[in-house]
Amino acid sequence: MVSVASTSPAPAEAFDVARPWRLSPEVSLREEPFGALAYHHGNRRLVFVKSAGLVALLGRLGEYASARDALGALVAPGERARYERALAALAAGGLLGVG
Amino acid sequence: MSAESGLRDRLEGGLTAPICLTWELTYACNLACAHCLSSSGRRDPHELSTSEALALVDELAAMRVFYVNVGGGEPMIRRDFFDIVEHAVERRVGVKFSTNGTRLDAAAARRLAAMDYLDVQVSIDGADAATNDRVRGAGSYAAARRAMDHLAAAGFAGFKVSVVVTRDSVEQLDALESLAASYGAQLRLARLRPSGRGVAVWDALRPTAAQNRRLHAWLVERPHVLTGDSFFHLSPLGAPLEGLNLCGAGRVVCLIDPVGDVYACPFVIHDRFRAGNVRASGFGPIWRESALFAELRAPNSPGACASCASYDACRGGCLAAKFFTGLEADDPDPECVFGHGERRLATTRVELRPTPSIDHSRVRALGAPGRLR
Repeated sequence: MVSVASTSPAPAEAFDVARPWRLSPEVSLREEPFGALAYHHGNRRLVFVKSAGLVALLGRLGEYASARDALGALVAPGERARYERALAALAAGGLLGVG
Repeated sequence: MSAESGLRDRLEGGLTAPICLTWELTYACNLACAHCLSSSGRRDPHELSTSEALALVDELAAMRVFYVNVGGGEPMIRRDFFDIVEHAVERRVGVKFSTNGTRLDAAAARRLAAMDYLDVQVSIDGADAATNDRVRGAGSYAAARRAMDHLAAAGFAGFKVSVVVTRDSVEQLDALESLAASYGAQLRLARLRPSGRGVAVWDALRPTAAQNRRLHAWLVERPHVLTGDSFFHLSPLGAPLEGLNLCGAGRVVCLIDPVGDVYACPFVIHDRFRAGNVRASGFGPIWRESALFAELRAPNSPGACASCASYDACRGGCLAAKFFTGLEADDPDPECVFGHGERRLATTRVELRPTPSIDHSRVRALGAPGRLR
């Protein structure tokens, strides 16, 4: 659902779904026919977000007290594990921060 | 990682805006490198004014172009160079700019080091003055090293040392890597293309097939060496290299030249690949609607490569390298690792290769700079 086209080293912060994860203010997110492109201006990482559902989740992540709450409100139960892994990958790339 | 095929098909169909684009700020240059992609030298009297350049930045920002690769010519020759790049990073259009370093003094280095979202690439085409200066001109190695000294002294972390891989420089990769490391810099390698003045030197300077094989193995072992997706034609040699591994021309990248002409990529400054001019319409309509870009985004035929098991690894290679060596768009890349390009080249005539439509070289047999029609 996410692929990262860069080798820039990024801090590997453990992804705790109970925390209030947000799209980093340094990230530009641009919707595209396949989903979206996300670019981190600080670490220069380019990420392909290949799911409209994930794009929608990223757009509203900031409205919830935790990533878990956002997943619960916006993602069907059977899909949540997959979306959580995608968020963890984005967090590992520095694209999400705890806000 | 490289893009898997489903995503690559989508990328080949085009994006709402480029991921990045190359913006040559000026054709003016105080050097005359033998392989210059843009045949630079003299300033074009019609180059974009400061206000036009700043308005273009605003449009790129509105389209959310993530960053621009600023080059030339020598971009630092423009008096408004800092006005333009500072405006870009303020609008969150990142800047990666290439310089020969001749204008990069201590004060400029400090100013650059203070900016976020800005990368600097200092060009050098050999690990020693003799190798470099043969391509880039007398004194250019020393000037580039002085610029690197200034950047390091200013604390500019992780600037790039940018090298075009030639038959000579490819033998110095380890030394070039050490040189970059001595500054805390990153090495960036680019493919020599038969574009601009490179048309004339490509046959003599391009790496041999054996050198390309060694280059690929060297790069696979060093994912930290940047290549800007330059060597995807070598991917059939084994592991794909870092990057999207596709021809991005008119699909994920393009070029805006100093007078506002938009070309499919930095390596095809030629009428055949000119999509429009930003003065007439702005950039967005050209990117979204030009007939040329629609053509480049249409599913392409593998042509002569259809029966090759490695087609998916290289997608037929570089459009520009094919065009300027007289090959068709669906021919193999002239440097195809299986030699298919070489065999095809042998059937073409060097004197029938396309010549650049524009040339701003300062020393030229045909008179004043400008369009050659």
